[in-house]
Amino acid sequence: MIQKIMPSVVEALRDIADGSTILISGFGGAGLPIFLLDALHDQGAKGLTLVSNNAGNSGIGISKLIGAGRVKKMVCSFPRQPESGAFDDLYRVGKIELELVPQGTLAERIRAGGAGIGGFYTPTGFGTELAKGKDVREIDGVNHIFEKAIKADYALIKADKGDRWGNLTYHGTGRNFGPIMATAALCTIAQVNQVVELGTLDPENIVTPGIFVERIVKVGTSS
Amino acid sequence: MIDLSKIKKRSTADIAKRIVQDIPDGACVNLGIGQPMTISNYLPEDREILLHSENGLLGMGPLATGDEIDEELVNAGKQPVTMLPGASICHHADSFVMIRGGHLDICVLGAFQVSVRGDIANWRTGDPMAIPAVGGAMDLALGAKKLFVMMEHLTKSGQSKLVQECSYPLTALAAVDCIYTDLATIEVTPSGLRAVDWVDELSFEDLLEISGVPLMNARQ
Repeated sequence: MIQKIMPSVVEALRDIADGSTILISGFGGAGLPIFLLDALHDQGAKGLTLVSNNAGNSGIGISKLIGAGRVKKMVCSFPRQPESGAFDDLYRVGKIELELVPQGTLAERIRAGGAGIGGFYTPTGFGTELAKGKDVREIDGVNHIFEKAIKADYALIKADKGDRWGNLTYHGTGRNFGPIMATAALCTIAQVNQVVELGTLDPENIVTPGIFVERIVKVGTSS
Repeated sequence: MIDLSKIKKRSTADIAKRIVQDIPDGACVNLGIGQPMTISNYLPEDREILLHSENGLLGMGPLATGDEIDEELVNAGKQPVTMLPGASICHHADSFVMIRGGHLDICVLGAFQVSVRGDIANWRTGDPMAIPAVGGAMDLALGAKKLFVMMEHLTKSGQSKLVQECSYPLTALAAVDCIYTDLATIEVTPSGLRAVDWVDELSFEDLLEISGVPLMNARQ
């Protein structure tokens, strides 16, 4: 029997080791798995590389982990946010590494990682400082740069409903990075608002098929 | 030098309305964070224009108020929004497939500088203390079929934002199609910049002097 439902966030995150690379869904607060991030803070893993669109704000979520000195490197497109203080402070004194990635390139690198593709050529970023050191290739008269796929040890994502096979649906634009991050990690852990009986989710509307998800944990509605 | 304090410039609303003139019925449009987003206030009801938000929403409606507010339904500026009937939600990779795959008709971005060849610099000034953040700017600048820039003509210190070469870090090379400022509308053509229209009190020669780069005159 397949049973991906975990009894608690603590159980769901127990084996995350120091030095792990972790994908974290969310665009600002929408789709951010805040309960998993709080549990990761309490769990204690350090030396982490986090891949997420933003670098957290207001001392919660990713910002809380950064403030606690647990993050070695951020891979993101837009670290600057209102009250992104924890990241800003450490970045200015060189205590946290930043790999800045154009948003679409970030999404596509993760998608490629999940699809077993080593990388891809894209025109985005050509001729800019973000192209430094990257292989350049002219394709059909347009300059492209090579971008490597991103794969991770874990993905922490937020979904709306989930079942014991790991099938997921999302809510609103909270979907954002969840479906692609789920594909690109060795172990994907989803916090869901609701756990439903197998067969309840309409197969036509399942966004993330359960094969991409290892663990599901029900949490309260986030505020 | 022209005394610009005596010239009636186009307001942000005026520039937005000018841009709307160039957005046809049926267009899929992405409006950048900041000034470009205000364009959504001036879209005419007799044209169906689909707004795309890069966090994964096509068919975005106005900002949400009161009971409509859902923190999990936001625009690229992370403000709660509504959806029009017919709207669709997708994940981030698909949203950028719309952008990078050339499916969007128009994107409107702000800019620090635009060069005579249509290079755009809009994501950082190079201030070493500033936290670099690029977001979707590089994808949008190259991906949309047409890139419009909405910006002030001059910096606060009076320097033209139209330049021979961008001195700020580039967002994309040769990407801009048309520039809408508080003084003029300027197309980027293969043979250089071409002034389409400008505020009444300025002569073409005035505009040329203020802009500090070669301009062709579309009125001649």
